[in-house]
Amino acid sequence: MTLIDLANPSRFLTLAGRILPWLVAITALVLAIGLYKSAVAPDDYQQGATVKIMFIHVPNAWLSMFVWGVMSIAALGTLVWRHPLADVAAKTAAPIGAAFTFLALLTGSLWGRPMWGTYWEWDARLTSVLILFLMYLGLMALWRAVEDPSRAARAAAVLTLVGSVNIPIIKFSVDWWNTLHQPASVIRMGGSTLDRAFLIPLVVMAIGFTLLFLTLHIAAMRNEILRRRVRTLQMLQASKSAA
Amino acid sequence: MTALTALVRRDVRVALRVGGGALIGVLFFLTVVVLMPFAVGPDLALLKKLGPAILWLGALLASLLTLDRLFTADHDDGSLDLIVMSRTPLELACAAKALAHWLAVGLPLVAAAPILGLLLNLDAVATGAVALTLFAGTPALTFTGMIGGALAVVLRRGGLLLSVLVLPLSIPVLIFGVAASNAAVSGPSPFGTPFSILCALSLASLVIGPFAAASSLRHGLD
Repeated sequence: MTLIDLANPSRFLTLAGRILPWLVAITALVLAIGLYKSAVAPDDYQQGATVKIMFIHVPNAWLSMFVWGVMSIAALGTLVWRHPLADVAAKTAAPIGAAFTFLALLTGSLWGRPMWGTYWEWDARLTSVLILFLMYLGLMALWRAVEDPSRAARAAAVLTLVGSVNIPIIKFSVDWWNTLHQPASVIRMGGSTLDRAFLIPLVVMAIGFTLLFLTLHIAAMRNEILRRRVRTLQMLQASKSAA
Repeated sequence: MTALTALVRRDVRVALRVGGGALIGVLFFLTVVVLMPFAVGPDLALLKKLGPAILWLGALLASLLTLDRLFTADHDDGSLDLIVMSRTPLELACAAKALAHWLAVGLPLVAAAPILGLLLNLDAVATGAVALTLFAGTPALTFTGMIGGALAVVLRRGGLLLSVLVLPLSIPVLIFGVAASNAAVSGPSPFGTPFSILCALSLASLVIGPFAAASSLRHGLD
């Protein structure tokens, strides 16, 4: 089974139908383990129980960038390889990515209130993630503005690739500018600075949220394909009854 | 090369003649700047502090709102199809069109900035800094905005959506443009660092813009 075999939407649908129940089960299991581990993780000596917001915040923030990466690859699939499912993948990923980005901003601001004393700070990383959120919304608006899905796909693909310039800026903003947001601590040169008691729940939650994205994305792709089929059938019926 | 010079010359000429609307950008810039004292109050000290930011914001909006005509006018009269079909690479043709747009719209904005600076109580140093940063930064606005201009051809009725798509891309230019102007006026931080980044943004958009615009035109027209 290679990527080109999935060019046939029916084959993708059967595969998705076979994978999805397993994926849902694994996601639920990993997320349950992650939530349990985060619940029993010790309180931080400075931050108290608020440190547990991190177990939700960091996976969401990481996915907000990961989803844009997925969309960029899908955009290449649309423009370069002309893969028929690439635009379905790109279209369905956008709302999911926007939701993750919104949750990252929301949890971050809930954590910021007791820790920094403010819900919002115009700090480099917060601002660049907010721009990412705006770009997700703009992209969704673009998808809805063009009627023909293949035209919309190519316009959105160009914009996605241009917008991907923002991803490294977000990733390295905390290293380039000396900001309020703490610098990278999980993946860095010379190993993680996080204690194992915090690192393990965080990694489990990150895997769980990535699986959640995969599940939601495959389900959304399946819905989008079915929605397009329904639309085609309705158009056929309309043209038949008109004739 | 001659084809590109001809294209630049034609676009500038069309923009400056009746119906071209190049100078409407400057008029819009003036109106936005005049509106600001009504909104924040005629406090000269405050206006002096906000001046660089107001000028940058006005120039950003003025250059953004003129961009949707960059390709749609040519699309309406059919000359865009000729440009796409010609032997000149579309990327270079796009770059030439953006250059012409900058000459007709961006450069007047830069020239108008010192006069508008007087209205905002800016001193000579601040005015010079804003004009210089606008001169270095407006090409970036034009060349990234060009991507939106090309999308307008695909969208037909772009308008508001276009601004939503292009504005996030122009945020870095705004940040470093205003940072450099403020550094020249008041800041202990050096003027050179944000100004160099601003120039770098312009140069990068000079490369990215034409390719992205040409690719969305090529895919959007067929």
